Order: sequence, then C-alpha cells, then structure tokens
Amino acid sequence: MSEWFDIGENLLDGGVPPGAIEVKWDRYRSEMQLLAPANKRHYRIIVVGTGLAGASAAASLAELGYTVLNFCIQDSPRRAHSVAAQGGINAAKNYQNDGDSVWRLFLDTVRGGDYRSREANVYRLSELSSDIIDQCVAQGVPFAREYGGMLSNRSFGGAQVSRTFYARGQTGQQLLLGCYGALMRQVNAGRVRLFPRREMLDLVRVDGRARGILCRNLVTGEIERYAGEAVLLCTGGYSTVYFLSTNAVNCNATAIWRCYKKGAYFANPSFTQIHPTCVPQLGEVQSKLTLMSESLRNDGRVWVPSEPGDTRAPANISESERDYFLERLYPAFGNLVPRDIASRAAKKMCDEGRGVGPTGYAVYLDFSDAIEREGIDVIRERYNNLFPMYEEITGEDPYHTPMMIYPAPHYTMGGLWVDYNLMSTIPGLYVLGEANYSDHGANRLGASALMQGLADGYFIISYTMEHFLASNKREQVSTDHPAFAESEESIRREVARYLSHTSGKSVKQFHWELGRIMWDKVGMSRNAAGLREAIGEIRALRKEFHDHVHVPGTGEELNKNLEMAGRVADFFELGELMAIDALHRNESCGGHFREEYQTEEGEALRDDENFSYVAAYEYRGPDQKIVLHREPLKFRHAQPSHRSYK
Amino acid sequence: MTTGETMTLHLKVWRQRGPDQPGALTPYTVTGVSPDMSFLEMLDLLNEQLIERNELPVEFDSDCREGICGTCGLVIDGIAHGPKRACTTCELRMRNYRDGDTITVEPFRARGFPVLKDLVVDRGAFDRIISKGGYISVNTGSAPEANTIPVPKYKTEAAMDAAICIGCGACVAACPNASAALFVGAKVSQFALLPQGHAERKVRVVRMVEQMDTEGFGACSNHGECEAVCPKKISITYIARMRREYFKAALAGV
Repeated sequence: MSEWFDIGENLLDGGVPPGAIEVKWDRYRSEMQLLAPANKRHYRIIVVGTGLAGASAAASLAELGYTVLNFCIQDSPRRAHSVAAQGGINAAKNYQNDGDSVWRLFLDTVRGGDYRSREANVYRLSELSSDIIDQCVAQGVPFAREYGGMLSNRSFGGAQVSRTFYARGQTGQQLLLGCYGALMRQVNAGRVRLFPRREMLDLVRVDGRARGILCRNLVTGEIERYAGEAVLLCTGGYSTVYFLSTNAVNCNATAIWRCYKKGAYFANPSFTQIHPTCVPQLGEVQSKLTLMSESLRNDGRVWVPSEPGDTRAPANISESERDYFLERLYPAFGNLVPRDIASRAAKKMCDEGRGVGPTGYAVYLDFSDAIEREGIDVIRERYNNLFPMYEEITGEDPYHTPMMIYPAPHYTMGGLWVDYNLMSTIPGLYVLGEANYSDHGANRLGASALMQGLADGYFIISYTMEHFLASNKREQVSTDHPAFAESEESIRREVARYLSHTSGKSVKQFHWELGRIMWDKVGMSRNAAGLREAIGEIRALRKEFHDHVHVPGTGEELNKNLEMAGRVADFFELGELMAIDALHRNESCGGHFREEYQTEEGEALRDDENFSYVAAYEYRGPDQKIVLHREPLKFRHAQPSHRSYK
Repeated sequence: MTTGETMTLHLKVWRQRGPDQPGALTPYTVTGVSPDMSFLEMLDLLNEQLIERNELPVEFDSDCREGICGTCGLVIDGIAHGPKRACTTCELRMRNYRDGDTITVEPFRARGFPVLKDLVVDRGAFDRIISKGGYISVNTGSAPEANTIPVPKYKTEAAMDAAICIGCGACVAACPNASAALFVGAKVSQFALLPQGHAERKVRVVRMVEQMDTEGFGACSNHGECEAVCPKKISITYIARMRREYFKAALAGV
C-alpha cells in the first residue's frame, strides 16, 4: 500500500507480437490490415510537434496519402529542439568491419538502459537503424565522409564499435533539416497543413477515442479546435521541469501532461538523464545550461582540490593537492565512465565542499596534460568549435586555464506509456520520440535519441496506425461536438485564472523555485526523506502559484508569460509525479539513483526481483488517488547483469 | 568567470503592441546586469523588473539559447545579432558592454518579415521558399543503400558549409535591399553540390528564386552585409553559385 497511489490489479500488456525476436516486426507488419490508397486522403491525422519524430511522421504519412495537420509551438518547424543535438546517430551498418550487427546494437542498448526497456522494441529499433541512414543520405544530409567518398563513423558514448554517423557537431540540425524538407515538400503538395505558433492545450476524446485537439494560437490568443481520426504526440521531453537544463527554453510537457489527465498512462516519470559535461551555472538569472560534447572527456582530466574550501586559482594548486577523482575511483575507465556515473561522482565532490568556481558547484576538466603531450594545435583541431564556445560563455580561455563543468538535466527517458504499436492507453493517441517511454529504459546511450525519433516517425507509425484505422469504422467527428466545447470552456477558465492577479511573483520565479526543489531532491541522486520533502514543497508552491501568480497582459494577444504559466502549472504536477515514482522505486538503476540502494563502493544497486517492470501511472480525477500499473519486463536474450567500471 | 559586479544599462527598445499598430522606441533602465549574462538573459531580467512594476514585458523570440535553432534575432545598435561576429543574439554576452551604456534594440526589419509584436517578427516566408524546392524529393522507404553513391569529401564539406544555415534571417535584416539571397543561395548550393540533388537541380533553383521574389525580398546587389552578420559565417560565394545555377537553368529553358 502506498499513501500516494493505488496499485492496478491487472498487469499491463505491451502487445508484443509472437514469434522469434529477429522476425517479429517483419512478420507483424506484413500481416497488418491496410487501407485502400485512395481512401487515405479521407483520414485526417493530427501530428503535434515537428522535431525528428513529428516531421518524419507527418511527411511519411502525407506521402502515403493521408491528410495531415501538423502543429508546432515554434515559428517554423525547422526550429524544433531536435535541432540542437550534437553528437550523432547510431546505426548497425558495420561499415567499419569492427564486429557491429543489429544484434550487438540491440544488446548494447538494452544493457545501456540498465534492463528497464522492452526487449522487442529495442530490437526493432536496431533493425531499423540502417534504413534511417539510407533515408537521410538520400535526402542530402551531409554526413561526414572519408576521402574515398564513403560515410565516416566514430565511436561514441563508450561503445566498443564505431557505429555513429555524424555531421560535424550538428547532427541533429542536419537530420532535422532533412525531414523538415520532406515535410515542406508535402506542404507544397497540399497534403500537410502546417500550423506554427500553436500550442496544444487539450486532447478531445469521443467515445473513448482520441478525436481531436485544442490549441492556443500563440499570435492571436484564439482557442482553435481541430478534429481528426488519430492524434500523434511528438512533443519531446520534459527536462525543463528542472528550470535549468540543456533543453530549449520553450520545451515543455504540456501536451503529454494534458493527455495524461485525459487518461493516457505516464510511464517511468522519474527516469531522467543528467549529462556530466555542461557549462556550470554562472548566475541567478541564467536561463539555460549549455552542453559541451561528451567527447571532451577523451582528453580532459577531471579534478577538484583535495581539501574542501580551497579557493585558490587552479594554477596555484599543485599536483599533490589535486584529486583526479574519476581516475581514483574508476581506474579501469578513468575519465570515460558512463554519463550517470561521471555525473554522480562530480556531485559528490561538490557536496563534500570540494567544488570549484563562484558557486562551488563545478569541477575542473583540465587539458594541460593533453596539450603538453600532443601539442596545442592537435587539441585545437580536435575540439575546434568547443573551446571558443566555452570561452564565449565564460570569458575564460580553456587552453590556458582548466574548463569548469557540472552535470545538467538533459534527456527524459520517461514519457507516456505506449504499446508495441506506439499507441498510448487512449485508442488513437500515438506517442513518438522522446515524448514516449519506450526504448531507452533507465538510461539512454549517446547517439540513440535521434535514432529512436526517426525510427518511430519514418518506419513504424505508418504501419501501426494504418492497421488501427483499418480495423475501426471511420466515423466523422465535427468540432461542434460537445466534447470540444467543454474542453474549450475549461481552457478559457484556466487562462482567465492566470490573468486574474495584478501583483505577485512572476511565472519565471515560480518555475525557478520549482526547478530548485526538483534539482536538489529529485535530481541526480535521491533519497526517501528528500523525496517526501519535495512532494510537500511542490504542493505548497503549487498552491501559492495558483493563488498568486502574476501574468501581465491579456489572453487575446501574443503573451509569452501566459504560455509559460500553463507549462509551469503542468510542471508542478509532473514534478510531483516524478517524486512519487522515484520514491516508489526502491532500487537504483541507470539515471535513477536512490542513495539507500547502492553497493559498498557507491554504485547503483538494481533490484530485478522486485522492480523489473515499467511503472505506468493512471490519472483518475482531481480528488482520486492515481493508480500504478505495472508492465513486467522479461529478458529472453539480453540477460541482466551488473555494470562495473572499476 | 566574473562575479559580484553588476551593471546598469539604458535601453531603447522597439515596442509595438500588434502587427497593425504603430511602434516606437521606448527607453528603459535595467539594473543588476551581470557580465556573464547573455543578451537575452539581460532582457529576461528587464522583463522581470517590468512585471514587478506591473508593466508589459518586452516580447521577443528565443528557444535553444545556444545559437543553433535560429529563433532569436534582434538588431542591436543597428547590427543584426549585435556587435560580435559569428554569434547569434542568444550567444552574445553582456561582458561586451560597460556600466552605463545605452543600447538600442529593434526587431529584424524587412518587408518579408512583418512585425507581430515588439521584437517578434513573422519569418514564414522562409518556410514558403523552402516548400518550393529546398529538399530532395525522395519518399520514405525508397532510398538506396547509403554508401551506393560516393560523395567526395571536399564536396560534402562544401555542402555542409552551406547546410549549417540556421534560418535566422539576419542576412535579410542586414541587407539594404532586404534580400534573402544568402538564405536561398545556401540551400540551393547544398543540393547542387551533392549528387543526390542533381535530378531536380534546375527546377529547384528556379522555383525557389521565384518564391523569394514573390515574398517581397529585394534583389542582391553584392553589399556583403549578409555574410558579415551571418552567425554561421556562410559565404556569399554561395550567392554566386545560386546565380550560376539559375543561369544554367534559364539557358536550359526551365
């Protein structure tokens, strides 16, 4: 029993089709029901989001003949946050002849996720990875190449094979522009209608099925209604619940959260990824944290002063007074341990009072040995854009003084629960990309996010959604249906409430304070007492928010504070659910570290016997307890084992 | 990294309530600006101070705040994206200013980019130009194996130098003719340089240039202001390449 939730009696079923894992997807998609090509145009498909998942889905569905309505909060679909991904995209091409295969990518991804993902989904992802590269190259994505003209690869994120394709440090941008082009081609063909500067504020269900959405037009403030036969959420992750993260400032959870409140289960909300190499916070009014590529750890040595409270300049601290803590704690992997381990170790040093920089929450990443060994020119060439970027932000020259880095929230593995078809628990509501819980378990490997977004959008959704549409009778729903009016009424009430105060704290201040609670108590490492405190503090702050938040302006115009008010309101509720989920999961796995569950050496201690399941939460109304449903995870091919980097 | 010392700055900010309403430069004073802040964080701070005084905050667009999404864009003291080269507005730091400075902040101005509110403009014209040909027409699933067509490294690199355009529109804002030639030239060149783009090479450039003209962007007269402000340092040689592509297409009667 839990004071926070009831437990669902029936286990959740992911709907994985039968058959050997290697042929499962191929056979399944070949047996699905199809729609007649000429009939597809009668189906209106609503796609929310234009990142890798959204744009690839919208374009692919339009190519097949569907009528697609595509929405985004940005002024152009090309600006969705996928654009900021740096490192690369994995694919099991085995171009390097170094032993890679679909099977190896599958095993690496399940292991990387610390055995908290669904095996069949991960296998399908690995299978599709090669098709993605083919598609992107055909679109003119300028991936890095060798002198002979063949595609180049690099190893990334600790993988022992070179399977990562990349376009300088801007892989996400180039992949996104590829599917943005495909999308705009369909806009030109009249099969996609594009709705930029629209924010989805509610899902409409008719007879249980997802049948439409309501949006706020972010320029005019109008509440707009759209009906369709299916709704695809491709709205990204929710790291901005922490206020400071590597995400763009407009990233939010509102679309998925409003669907949660309409009955879609939310899975593993506490599974978040904290990236170790980010530029630390410099001041109180900072708006975001900037990621510095993980590749810097190939040459940089991480250290802090041996003694707490040592505020001398790094140059004045002698070798014997420095603690190269990753090399000391993890001699086998040294500075190259996985993201979650590196992040936690840095936090531990700072908590001991040995952090550096103006806030004491930073560690040094020192290149002086590498520069001495290989020469400054080699290092300059290797990290050509990163050192100037760091200098631009901090005003310090990392060639001569060590960089300062600190972990920051980066990616959310949790999201709306989906079955093998990518459908949520609401019929007709699909969730793609980072917005869903699916393939990354408790920790995502580097260069896997882009792969998943594109696999979902290009190669999975068209099959599974078509099967759903073909197996159900098509019934037109009009936006005059009372469910739309009801929903609009509730949005109008919400907007009016935010605008009702003419004094009080701003939305940003509330968001900042919430982020502080989340980071301190639901962040990189968590404990039961802290999580309980967090739930109480979040509730108190949420009440204050609803009673006193001050949003200037009106609802009938462009009003970014009003937009943020709705998002922050949802972050309060999501933050609480994250804390509840983290509190219930009495184990440590991947990015979820509970201080009570660690080995003597301070490593994550997984509990497969009791927690080898997906935790999916059901919302049942404002005065009802939420319900925890469990989808058991079975591993037939990737046998769970403990990770060691000693 | 600096700490402690803060600045007071005087701003003249373009305020305009809506698309069809008159606008004006309005003076503000913002206090407590740290040199480590980005330019947009300084505007965030101004907005917090305005909200506290129950005044309307200044609306401006931004998203990634690390120079890759192309959402932000302000004309700062007359220069698109401000005084630093190869830098978006969000990457500009306040350590480039001194206590007591006066800074003028305006939206990107061009016929093709109507103002929506304050510093927010509508750059939908760029999307419409791309929709006319800024892609290779390949349906999902019909792609050949990726290594089937070798592409020389120097060509890929040259294509990438054009493909890094973030679509911010600073080139248009800086051009005395409000021309979009650098934006269009970059996209035309990316595909003209790659073998995958050859099938539609001629029709692409003609359609994109036609749409650019339809949107009301001016003609390029080689001022080079666009290259000077481009945060990604895209070279005007791509405009020359677009012209060559256009002439070839015209000669072929496309």
